[in-house]
Formats: sequence, C-alpha cells, structure tokens
Amino acid sequence: MTDHNSAPSVMRSKLGQARGLGAAGSGFHHWWAQRVTAFALIPLTIWFVWACVHMIGMTRADVAHFMSNPLVAGSMIAMIVITFHHQQLGFDVIVDDYVRGDTKVMARLILKGVNWLLALVAVVAVLKLAFSG
Amino acid sequence: MVEFNLPKNSRVQPGKVYKAPAGAKRVRSFKIYRWNADDGKNPQTDTFELDLDACGPMVLDALIKIKNEVDPTLTFRRSCREGICGSCAMTIDGSNTLACLKPIEDCKGDIAISPLPHMPVVKDLVADLSGAYAQLRSIEPWLQSDTPPPPDGERLQSKDERALLDGMWECILCFCCTTSCPSYWWNGDRYLGPAVLLAAYRFIVDSRDERTGERLDALEDPFKLYRCHTIMNCTQTCPKGLNPGKAIAQIKTLMMERQV
Repeated sequence: MTDHNSAPSVMRSKLGQARGLGAAGSGFHHWWAQRVTAFALIPLTIWFVWACVHMIGMTRADVAHFMSNPLVAGSMIAMIVITFHHQQLGFDVIVDDYVRGDTKVMARLILKGVNWLLALVAVVAVLKLAFSG
Repeated sequence: MVEFNLPKNSRVQPGKVYKAPAGAKRVRSFKIYRWNADDGKNPQTDTFELDLDACGPMVLDALIKIKNEVDPTLTFRRSCREGICGSCAMTIDGSNTLACLKPIEDCKGDIAISPLPHMPVVKDLVADLSGAYAQLRSIEPWLQSDTPPPPDGERLQSKDERALLDGMWECILCFCCTTSCPSYWWNGDRYLGPAVLLAAYRFIVDSRDERTGERLDALEDPFKLYRCHTIMNCTQTCPKGLNPGKAIAQIKTLMMERQV
C-alpha cells in the first residue's frame, strides 16, 4: 500500500497534484507509430524469413548478388529500420512504465542510442553487401 | 514506479483467530486485512470463522456480522448494500469488487479480504481514494456548453445520441477498475486510470457537451491516457459489468480521427 506522496512531504492539494504539469500535447504519434510499424512488420517479417531460407547454402558472392537487387536491399533496409524503430518505441513504453527520475532520462537516451547504432550498423552492412555484388 | 515488495512496515503478518461459535455447522473463514495507524504495528490478517447458517448471503453481510457480533473495531465503508453507492469496494477472493454484490457462495475456501490495492490505507478495509477523486475532478466531469439551454426546457438529445452514453452513466465510481490496473499501480500519480478515463469519455461523446476538442487536448499525454496498455483488468473486475477498456480504446480512436 504505497503512498504516492511519500517523502518528501507534500502539502500541495490533491487536485493540484492530479493536474500536475498539464497534458504534454503528445502521445498519439508514439502510439500510432507503434501500430503502423507493427503492421508494416507483418509482411516484412514474412519476406525476411523467406529471404533467410532462400540464402541458405549460398556463397558470399551469391548473397552479395542477391542483395544487389535494389528491391531486396531496399526491403532488407526497410525491415531493419522498422524493426529497430518498433523496438525502440517498445523500450520507451517499458521505461515510461517502470523507471523514474534521473535514471529514466538516461535509460531512454542509452536505449535510443544503442538501438539506432545497431540499426545503422545493420544498414551499412546491407549496403556494403549490395554494392559489392 | 514498479515495486515488487511492500515496504517493511507494510508487510502483512498473521493476526488473531476468532473461532466459530460451538455447534456451528456451515463454517467459513474470512481472512481480513487489519491495519490501524494509531498502534504503530504492521498490518495483520485476522481470521474470523462464521456460521453461514446465521449469516446473510453476501460478503458484506459477513463483514457487518463480524462488526456487530465479533469485533466492533473492524473498519470498512458501506452504505446502500445494493451495488449503487460503490462504498464497499475491496479486494475479495483475489479480485476487486463490491462486498454487497459478492455472494459468499461464489468464493472458494477461505475468503481473503483486503482494501483496494496500491492505495494508501486509512484503516483496515478503507482505502484512501482522495487522489483518484482529484483525478476525476481534473477531467471536469460535468456538461460544458457555450450554447445556452433552451429557455423553455432542457437540452435535447436524439435517441441515438443518448444511446452513446449507455455503458458509462452506470459507473458508480467505486474505483475497483482503477485499483486493479497495473499501469495505475506503477504510475497512478500521472496515469488517470480506467474509471476517470471512462468518465472523461462519457462527456467526450455527450452530444450536449461542446468542449470535445478541449477534453481530448487534456488527455493528449503519454501518461494521462497512453499508459493504458489494454491489460483489461478493469473490464474483467468491474462489478457493474462495464467496459472501461473499450471506452479508453474509443478515446484513442478519436485521437486518431482528428489527426489521421
């Protein structure tokens, strides 16, 4: 049974606390982006699984040739960018749900940074393969 | 913020046992959370054995019998005893409901009763709902219209417009739903919770209200509205059979309609 207003002591009225800093004026776009990326990932994931199966047993040169098709490279990059975007939106939700205070801003920044770095690395890898094919 | 353990001074310990009177045939045990701010002790669970042959059918009947005949210090809220005032909301047998609407026969084994979860406790089964009431006040749950009412009568609605309010006007604000919501447990200071959002939607779709846009503006917030993750505990636990989860989804749909 937690008192939401445990230390430091609070004498601000409950209504003042409930109104807080007011509505942030955002929230919808985050929610909408989660759904849009989720829907986009349905066909992309199916295609990605097919592509992975398709590449089984290929040599590096075969894979590079396969990736040199702009449609393949484009789909792969879309898959990577949207997956990492969706993942980052999900991390935002988890942090907002469970983390507070200074740790929260740090957690969000670190997760965002790591996510985008991994996405960029993956995209560069696809481009490198595509242009070498 | 998420908490996996209760603070040390809130951990519940075993309490007293009040045996059933000799000769009782249909005995059930009620394990009731007890806490009193004045004695400085941890909360404890007292066990009251009652003879169901000498008790009314509802959990509230049992609580009243205990208060009248066994321990007059047992503290709980009750008023109408017919599911319309919302006073006797508490956690019974693992879910939030109204003691007056919960038949003892529907509970299996010993019946555990505790105050609504994750709210400050005033005493025994009385939770402090003042924060939730203030959140309700913050969404301005009253009709707001710039058009003056007709001089010769009330503001009219079509039958279709009136039908939109069904499933919402019935809410008695017992806060069973709000206190069953994990999102509200972790972020109850910023997330409005299902009961308040249902009340907000009730005015958003009221055809007589002219502040729909402002009402949506006031909810456009990652915490006030979007902490709802459609967990649906609210709808599952509502003792009036309402669907706050659907009302929240409809608010999100309106947010989408005005932007997409």
